[in-house]
Amino acid sequence: MIPQLVFYVFATVLLVSATMVITARNPVHSVLFLILAFFNAAGLFLVAGAEFLAMLLVIVYVGAVAVLFLFVVMMLDIDFTQMREGFQRHAPIGACVGGILFVELIMALGNWKMAPDTGIAPLSGAPGLTNTAALGTLIYTHYVLLFQSCGLVLLVAMIGAIVLTLRQTNTGRRQDISKQHARTREDTLVLVDLPLGENVLGNGGFLRPHTSYYENAVPGSYGSGGQAEADKRETGA
Amino acid sequence: MSATSVNWALALPEITLALSGLIILVVGVLQRRGEGFFPCSMLTVAAFVGCGFLVALSPDGAGYAGTFVNDSFARFMKILALVGGLLATIVTVGYRGEDRHDPGALPFETPILMLFSTLGAMIMASSANLMTLFVGLELSSLSIYILCALERDRVTSSEAGLKYFVLGSLASGLLLYGMSLVYGYAGTMEYTGLIAAIHASGTLPPGLIVGIVFVVVGLCFKLSAVPFHMWTPDVYQGAPTPVTAYMAGAPKFAAFALFLRVMVGPFGAVAPRWQILIETVSMLSMVYGAFAAIPQTDIKRLMAYSSIGHMGYAMMGLASASAAGVRATLIYLAAYLVMNAGVFAGIAAMRRKGREVTAISDLAGLSKTDPGMAAALAIFMFSMVGAPPLAGFFGKFMVFAAAWQAGLYVLVVVGAVSSIVGAYYYLRVVKVMYFDAPAEGLDRPAPSLLFVSGGMGLATVFFILVLGPLMNMAQQAALALAG
Repeated sequence: MIPQLVFYVFATVLLVSATMVITARNPVHSVLFLILAFFNAAGLFLVAGAEFLAMLLVIVYVGAVAVLFLFVVMMLDIDFTQMREGFQRHAPIGACVGGILFVELIMALGNWKMAPDTGIAPLSGAPGLTNTAALGTLIYTHYVLLFQSCGLVLLVAMIGAIVLTLRQTNTGRRQDISKQHARTREDTLVLVDLPLGENVLGNGGFLRPHTSYYENAVPGSYGSGGQAEADKRETGA
Repeated sequence: MSATSVNWALALPEITLALSGLIILVVGVLQRRGEGFFPCSMLTVAAFVGCGFLVALSPDGAGYAGTFVNDSFARFMKILALVGGLLATIVTVGYRGEDRHDPGALPFETPILMLFSTLGAMIMASSANLMTLFVGLELSSLSIYILCALERDRVTSSEAGLKYFVLGSLASGLLLYGMSLVYGYAGTMEYTGLIAAIHASGTLPPGLIVGIVFVVVGLCFKLSAVPFHMWTPDVYQGAPTPVTAYMAGAPKFAAFALFLRVMVGPFGAVAPRWQILIETVSMLSMVYGAFAAIPQTDIKRLMAYSSIGHMGYAMMGLASASAAGVRATLIYLAAYLVMNAGVFAGIAAMRRKGREVTAISDLAGLSKTDPGMAAALAIFMFSMVGAPPLAGFFGKFMVFAAAWQAGLYVLVVVGAVSSIVGAYYYLRVVKVMYFDAPAEGLDRPAPSLLFVSGGMGLATVFFILVLGPLMNMAQQAALALAG
């Protein structure tokens, strides 16, 4: 009776939160509902006796999604002050979600204790094997080809991330060491004698000789977004 | 189903290709900046050739606990995919050129990603389980998403990559949902188990039918068959030309391999249920491919619509749901591979003062400025129309014959009509090349592009010489599947 009840609670909340993921206007809310959905799915796994999968879901998905959530917050242009205005109003809902999560966790834990055989019952008739061992046996024997292919999929994703984002631009600013050592103070700095009561800004500010940036750089390593070219133009003019 | 049923020799070609891919990646990383492309491409070509021999020698049988099967059908499809990947890699070499310091040039990962995509296609061709199907499909698709977006300095390339990625993920989701339904209602994901389950239950549960429909939709998307074709023109136009050449080849063969294997295999017993579906998709693809291509002015876009149409013709064989139909589809795909690679080698060679041009009008008067390339392109265009002695004719003839034998007369008539309509836009390209006032001459094509388009031109003209052995192979493959 109780496992059924727990199942229906988890399943209902899972469906509702999954719906909310795609209907919520605020992407941050979507991610939060996604996390709720993952927790509920983990709860369903627990009810089914797959505690390893449940923990994996929480650790990998909720953990990874927390990072994703951070990225969403950082990258999207969301007006947070406007959203905070409703904080007081929405606090009860937040409390509700938190409360539901909490209650679910308690129920999951309670159920796990109440039906001890689900905890040790392996997924499919391999007596004496824990969940983790049974999964490992399957993955590394029967499904080794698929498992390794999945690894290749991840490798391709990694290659893609690198090849699409790595910009090979010349921003190294490597110094030509001998030139740098041969420099004197006059090459680098302009010393301004200031009369009493005048400031540096009034005398043109701190100025560096225009060539000071790139003349000591290894050729080709310096390319700070056209700064060198701009300097050259200025000195030429 | 013990651990001993893992039969490593079965997947030797795949394992070898995967390991070579990893080694080539290391080789590429160790080269100096910009110098890794050529060695990596050559190693990839070598890996494709070596893997082709391994495929030809690989034994029959099932292994890996019912997830992997190797038969003459899988071998046929793998060889097609490998040849497609090989030709696309050679086109890439010619397209990129020798420039080592151009930051916008294709990186050394390009051939490696093509290799991994081909590997995914091979895994798909050998799938005996819906899980294998999905993993192979994802490996193949993910590589192509990246390949599409490789020319980051062009907005259209990024657009192509993003569009394909978003829509492809949606299609993967649909496919996965369909598989979960099939699994839920049949209780297994193995094809042999599915056959047994469908035979055992006299009536199909509606959930299973919905599942099959979703699987069909997912695969149709990968094939860019109407009505799941929307991504095709933009992606084909935006992707770098060699990538387009690749996309129109190996992944299509893999998707067709899956289609044939899943539909004729596990769901073969319920063929009357899905036949009408495939027939409709085939008809729509042929008609849409023929009519929508007429107003196009960009040759890559034109080829996208042409590819939609060709997939429709190839599906005619599947719609007839017989061994003869499977054989016809295989022959059609082989002919399509040959002429498609040739056309794209020609398109990759379209450069004027070092800049790529893709408008059809840029080909004007090519017969005067570069008679060899013009002749090759004309051969491919006539072949795509289906003019008799060329490769395309045999493919078309066989699918029409198979559909006629299966009693799908409407399909044959629609196919014939759209074929005639399609002739207009193929021949328009020939007309522009031969009868329009010459435009400014194009640059001299790279030797590797000449090699591909010349070689494929010869293969298209003399297709009849290899038709006999090819028919034998296709016959065996079809019997392995439907027999």
